[in-house]
Amino acid sequence: MAMPAIHFDRLGQVFETRSGRTEALRDVSFDVARHEFVSILGPSGCGKSTLLRMIAGLLKPTSGSVEVFGLPVTAPRDDIGIVFQKPTLLPWATVEDNVVFPARHKTGRVTVEERERAGELLKMVGLSGFEKRLPDELSGGMQQRVGIARALLMDPDILLMDEPFSALDALTREVMGFDLLRIFSERPKTVVFITHSVSEAALLSDRVLVMTGRPGSILTEVTVRVGRPRGPETAKDKTIHDLSDYLRDLLLTRHAA
Amino acid sequence: MTSPITSAISSSPVTRRELMQSRTPVALLKQILAFPGVTTPAALIAMVLLWEAAARLLSIPTYLLPPPSAILGSFSSIGFERWVGHIGATLRVALIGYAISIVIAIPLAVVMMRSPFLSRTLYPLLVVVQSTPVVAIAPIIIVVLGAGDAPRIVITCLITFFPLVVSTATGLAATPPELIELSRSLRASGFREITQIRLPFAVPYIFSALKISITLAVIGAVVAEFCASEAGVGYFIQLSTSLFKLPQAWAGLLVLAAMSLLLFQAVVMTQKLLFPWSLPKNG
Repeated sequence: MAMPAIHFDRLGQVFETRSGRTEALRDVSFDVARHEFVSILGPSGCGKSTLLRMIAGLLKPTSGSVEVFGLPVTAPRDDIGIVFQKPTLLPWATVEDNVVFPARHKTGRVTVEERERAGELLKMVGLSGFEKRLPDELSGGMQQRVGIARALLMDPDILLMDEPFSALDALTREVMGFDLLRIFSERPKTVVFITHSVSEAALLSDRVLVMTGRPGSILTEVTVRVGRPRGPETAKDKTIHDLSDYLRDLLLTRHAA
Repeated sequence: MTSPITSAISSSPVTRRELMQSRTPVALLKQILAFPGVTTPAALIAMVLLWEAAARLLSIPTYLLPPPSAILGSFSSIGFERWVGHIGATLRVALIGYAISIVIAIPLAVVMMRSPFLSRTLYPLLVVVQSTPVVAIAPIIIVVLGAGDAPRIVITCLITFFPLVVSTATGLAATPPELIELSRSLRASGFREITQIRLPFAVPYIFSALKISITLAVIGAVVAEFCASEAGVGYFIQLSTSLFKLPQAWAGLLVLAAMSLLLFQAVVMTQKLLFPWSLPKNG
């Protein structure tokens, strides 16, 4: 088997706070293959975001290890992009400047190639013609598109998405999902996608990991046996519906318990 | 088809006359007062007229309450050059003190944000300085630093410093945590984190402090002039009152108020021109 892009090995995370010790994650082991789209579903506070932070190298595990392309994560890497729950754009910078911000922030300057790349990415996320606008002038969905383009600027191999559509209205959210499918069919990425939406997870993913509540651990994993490319038609697919129902039941029983 | 409202607004003299006839004087007055920016000047003019009338009819002595006409008269009796001299002296102290305050306060806020140790150590000291009435320290500072601009500038710094440090520190800490994570994930330097993320995010906070501090700077300069000075609008007011030339003192007061207002507006305009995105959104 080829080397996984991300490898979690019996990972645990304990936070020491003033009020005591919180075990956020316990014994989490899973792999994500290169160019695989994996969603993580689970109740609030089960440590999903903590997992992302550890892949990104922003947080060290208390026990176990995280490996990215075979190397233990000790510091943030260049080949990882992050999309946050809120777009968190720079309000003073134009859309284009927001997309090239990672380059400017890392190296202090922006090359012509990076500007061109930003233009291409904005075209890909459907924001051609908005380059010189300020974030303020865009809708929530458009702002999150800028956030996605920003995360893709450095052409990372791995994209971490932390509930990227949770602040959007239902319709925009659905459209954004289809756009993601198109974007990743054009430029395959290894994606770890955190969401609360079972249908979103089923539609977008190759595999869905379901987590338990605190301390978070992997309850089960489900492979989505639906071919690609996927699109609006896939959303009506019976397999996707059945899988969504299954996942929903699973989460509801766990939630009630 | 034009609505009655549009025809009332149209500039045709006939419709305007019709409008006037169709309304009672009270209704007309109400309509005028409904315009934005009318009520405040109207109230001010009414107050000044009332003041003038009271001063004349009740024959209040000018050293108690000079009529507005006497105050206006003293503007011209002082002479342009003397005004320029006094205003220049006050403005110089206020602006130099303000500038020094900014130059020290903003880097200090950055340092305090970076170092919790320094923040814990310095913050209580800043509160102590802020809690000490400037009016009370001013004479001491003047004795220590002697004549000249130096003690006056120090007094102005003392009074403008605290809001700038506290507000800047608050702004630096108000940056969305996601952007700090983005910065860390890019392994960017702490310097860039400050200059490209934290400081720009603090701009609205810094400007609200700059607006407070510019008016405090004028107060600081005047307090210093009250203690020891031979020039400046504050000095002029003190001199005038000691000579019982109250209309002059009032004129000085008006000049100070106008100065504060203009400086405040200058700060507002600077923010509008340089950082339009940092203004609060309407609606």
